[in-house]
Amino acid sequence: MEFAELIKTPRADNVVLHRPFYLAVEGTLCLTGHHLIFSSRRQDNAEELWLLHSNIDSIEKRFVGSLGTIIIKCKDLRIIQLDIPGMEECLNIASSIEALSTLDSVTLMYPFFYRPMFEILEDGWRSFLPDQEFELLSSVTDDWRLSCINKEFSICPSYPPVVIVPKSIDDEALRKVATFRHGSRFPVLSYYHKKNGMVMMRSSQPLTGTNGRRCKEDEKLINATLRPGKRGYIIDTRSLNVAQQARAKGGGFEQEAHYPQWRRIHKCIERFNILQESLIKLVEACNDQSHNMDRWLSKLEASNWLTHIKEILTAACLAAQCIDREEQWSWGRGWSTRGSSNSIALVSLCHVSSHPVAFHVMFSPLQAGHPFQQRCAQSAYSNSKQKWEAPVFLLFLDCVWQILRQFPCSFEFNEQFLIMLFEHSYASQFGTFLGNNENERSKLKLPQKTMSLWSWVNRSEELSKFQNPLFEANSLVIWPSVAPQSLQLWEGVFLRWNRPSKFLDEAHEEMINIIKYNKELQAKVNALRRQLAEMETDDRMQENL
Amino acid sequence: VENVWLLDRLSSRKAALGTLYLTATHVIFVENGPETRKETWVLHSQISSVEKQPTTATGCPLLIRCKNFQVIQLVIPQERDCHDIYISLIRLARPVKYEELYCFSFNPKLDKEEREQGWKLVDLREEYNRMGIPNNCWQISDVNRDYRVCDSYPTEVYVPKSATAHIIVGSSKFRSRRRFPALSYYCKDNNASICRSSQPLSGFSARCLEDEQMLQAIRKANPGSDFIYVVDTRPKLNAMANRAAGKGYENEDNYSNIKFQFIGIENIHVMRNSLQKMLEVCELKSPSMSDFLWGLENSGWLKHIKAIMDAGIFIAKVVAEEGVSVLVHCSDGWDRTAQVCSVASLLLDPYYRTVKGFMVLIEKDWVSFGHKFNHRYGNLDGDPKEISPVIDQFIECVWQLMEHFPCAFEFNERFLIHIQHHIYSCQFGNFLCNSQKERRELKIQERTYSLWAHLWKNRADYLNPLYRSDRSQTQGTLHPQMAPCNFLYKFWSGMYNRFEKGLHPRQSVTDYLMAVKEETQQLEEELEVLRARLANLQKTQLNDNKVNSKQEDRSKRLGLSTSNNSLANTPQEYSNDLKSFPSRSPSQGDEEDSALILTQENLKSSDPDLSANSDQESGVEDLSCRSSSGGGCLPSEDSGKDSDEAVFLA
Repeated sequence: MEFAELIKTPRADNVVLHRPFYLAVEGTLCLTGHHLIFSSRRQDNAEELWLLHSNIDSIEKRFVGSLGTIIIKCKDLRIIQLDIPGMEECLNIASSIEALSTLDSVTLMYPFFYRPMFEILEDGWRSFLPDQEFELLSSVTDDWRLSCINKEFSICPSYPPVVIVPKSIDDEALRKVATFRHGSRFPVLSYYHKKNGMVMMRSSQPLTGTNGRRCKEDEKLINATLRPGKRGYIIDTRSLNVAQQARAKGGGFEQEAHYPQWRRIHKCIERFNILQESLIKLVEACNDQSHNMDRWLSKLEASNWLTHIKEILTAACLAAQCIDREEQWSWGRGWSTRGSSNSIALVSLCHVSSHPVAFHVMFSPLQAGHPFQQRCAQSAYSNSKQKWEAPVFLLFLDCVWQILRQFPCSFEFNEQFLIMLFEHSYASQFGTFLGNNENERSKLKLPQKTMSLWSWVNRSEELSKFQNPLFEANSLVIWPSVAPQSLQLWEGVFLRWNRPSKFLDEAHEEMINIIKYNKELQAKVNALRRQLAEMETDDRMQENL
Repeated sequence: VENVWLLDRLSSRKAALGTLYLTATHVIFVENGPETRKETWVLHSQISSVEKQPTTATGCPLLIRCKNFQVIQLVIPQERDCHDIYISLIRLARPVKYEELYCFSFNPKLDKEEREQGWKLVDLREEYNRMGIPNNCWQISDVNRDYRVCDSYPTEVYVPKSATAHIIVGSSKFRSRRRFPALSYYCKDNNASICRSSQPLSGFSARCLEDEQMLQAIRKANPGSDFIYVVDTRPKLNAMANRAAGKGYENEDNYSNIKFQFIGIENIHVMRNSLQKMLEVCELKSPSMSDFLWGLENSGWLKHIKAIMDAGIFIAKVVAEEGVSVLVHCSDGWDRTAQVCSVASLLLDPYYRTVKGFMVLIEKDWVSFGHKFNHRYGNLDGDPKEISPVIDQFIECVWQLMEHFPCAFEFNERFLIHIQHHIYSCQFGNFLCNSQKERRELKIQERTYSLWAHLWKNRADYLNPLYRSDRSQTQGTLHPQMAPCNFLYKFWSGMYNRFEKGLHPRQSVTDYLMAVKEETQQLEEELEVLRARLANLQKTQLNDNKVNSKQEDRSKRLGLSTSNNSLANTPQEYSNDLKSFPSRSPSQGDEEDSALILTQENLKSSDPDLSANSDQESGVEDLSCRSSSGGGCLPSEDSGKDSDEAVFLA
């Protein structure tokens, strides 16, 4: 298919662009296969706006006489308005945008066409490999092994080909366990806590069904993660009710009688459609400026977004507490709602996220932060057809932001980094967030055909934008507060386009300057001190002579 | 009383056993813990209510609510003791005479001269001079000498030059409590001014020629504009209701060239109830997100804050952009008017956004114009219906602005919290009584100390590291978003949950940046010293090179003298520096910052209960333990308190 077929009017002049907090700009609008480009064409401070079609969430048309107006709502929550003279042009452009923003083939997406203009220092596709992660792990413990059982994705299509499992469990047993778990997502290692050797595992629900099926290998595997005499926790992110209902469909939960060393905790986190609805309500409230103070608060409340944040953070803190404090092995159980294997990520990530140690590993783009990419691949959103499928990843980022706000010095990255991830998870020139799982990604040949987001981020000019100037390495566990008073709306995302950010930017800049100046001075002082010391020794040597 | 439990609101496991002392001025709880001996001090004047709850198996619970939003839950083993304490506290929390208040016994060990100096720190005459007054349109008037015209106004009032004593007196007779229009803020650049008064006694049809002349005079004092705004900060309904009582608002037909405007800010009773409702939400035990947001909305608190801000923004806009003078009033012109005038001034003039300027602003718009501190904040036992968080709302407005404009203010959140604390603490004389007249009669300045001097002395604690006087935010008028940006107003947990440390961000960006800045300063100094030394050394070496071997003696001597010199000069001086900042050693700049953070981290790890132990934190955050005793006061104050301890009542 040629994009040109979809673009009936590639270019329109005298288009007026309206954005909140900016003056309206007149200019030329161009449509390309992947971008909507607006240029003010003025000699002095020419303005350009490049918008990926895949970033466009919805489009509305209005006509007043022959002047057409298109309102474009983006996935990054921005809303822009374009006034296009000429009924036909406007209709053509609107229908092109509609068609181009809802392409149904992944391979037509921009990442497959994007050719980077920057120098690639490091291939982001190779930045986070499980082998490297395992090397780190094997340097501290000998209880785990890499298993290639899922090579060719033969056991579990949604798992990566290489997973980490307890050493004492062989591949044959794993195969059996996989048949006992929903979607074959057998328990694998998610996080290893170096401080006390506690681990976090993840899996889908066991297929106990109504008659209480058992699987000896599953029990063995789970127990193998425990040290003798220790107990563990199973965290089920569904309510007990939902878990019980799942039995009727062949799913279920671990029976305490069969897993005597384990305690099961249910921490309810809502399902996709509810989260989706919540996001829609929240965004609506943020964009509606007509209501008064009271209405705003009640709308914020009614969206339940912050309630979900609180629930997730609470579950995460609980898991983190189990791991860190109780000195027991624990394993978080992912959330496997029927058929959708792709968003287990959130909860387990959040568990890990309370550990700064893990954060370094996961996020710090400087170090080899591995699991992030994997998880993300599994919760792909930028699948063009399923827009806003569920804001699970956004919820996760929001949780991270809440913790970042409470511990502003403990994160190597800053808010901008989280916002950037949010943007790229919905629309990106990079292939990192394409595909639903490793299997799909390898079928799409993403590493060969597209550029990785990490290749772009892992360059000093980009990195510097995402680094937190306040960061001080801190190897201790951080315990965020989950009280309602401590949680706030993430303005950087939800009000990003509705509030003037000039003053906040200025503050941020000032912060950077203060720290930069300090570092410079430090360097100068150290240099001088060294110089002085040298001269003094020279002096003394002379004297001695 | 011994064996008293102090309960932690957030977690039942964290109760502390200790001894409770009642002194003439404080309630003191000392923990039994062998190494901590953590002390909690509460001033009697901070106590807003004491509640005895039904006896349980463990003892008799006593709930003390404080005006600085601290809530203390005690369990006292003996019912009789509990009752005694209850009775004593009820009495102590409601003094009937000013002399019973803490400021009359508080002695920070300053000599007389220092005290007088302290009271001179904020000088309103100087402030009006700064605004450019007196000038050829405005003058200082002695019409209120000895409080002859209005007993709630200061003796020195600033009025238009064309307003004669006759006009002023005439106008004052037509205004509630004789609070005639007087100058609050003058904008040098365009001659526009903000004046304030009380409501006119217009009833349904009354007029007063002098009052009309007075407004005319205000208009004429601003030659650039042919009308003035009259802003009534009440809801229209309230103002209309007042007409029936012979009061009311200006009739546009009677006054030439005025534009009349209502801005609905609710009265003190609504505000009191609103705060009450919000505090109930804050006190909820583990509320859900919905409970909290719903309760917050239901309290209406943020709506009221926004109303005040909107009024201030409107006035600032009129003055700065249109260059039109404004007369602001509400009913008596001492609550809402004070709020609105001070918010507008704060927006208009960057000076008020500095530490000193903010003190001046409170002194000008609140203290001198007769805001009824005693009644509103219940310093003496009085009518509970008079109590209302009027200045608290203003302080919150400032905080909300600080959130929008992080670089615009020289001071930080802690400054605001400490001022709020001391408005209720009665530790300093500034906020005593209801008017300047009463304060003069009590000889406050001779018998008590000034808060401003105390805050000024410790101003290093109150600085905002992001403030730089040459930035765009710190200059000129601030232009906050007008309605409808509701989401810009947020719940201030730093104030209303300030004693629940667990709820707040565990790492303070402000403190961190201040530490960095302090280090930067040290580095700058060291850099200077090093440079000097280097230059010195280079000179010596140059000399050394010149001298030949025959003059070796001399060069030796020189070398010796340089090393002596350097010994005397930098390293020692430097180590002295080190002593004064024990945790900081510039040679390991990076490490020491992490040490600072690490101490916080250690606390956290030792305290996995998701709420920090304020005692241990006190080293890091100055606010914790000491503030409960009197807002992070001078160390010397503690010794002052020790002597008080001798007087046990229970």
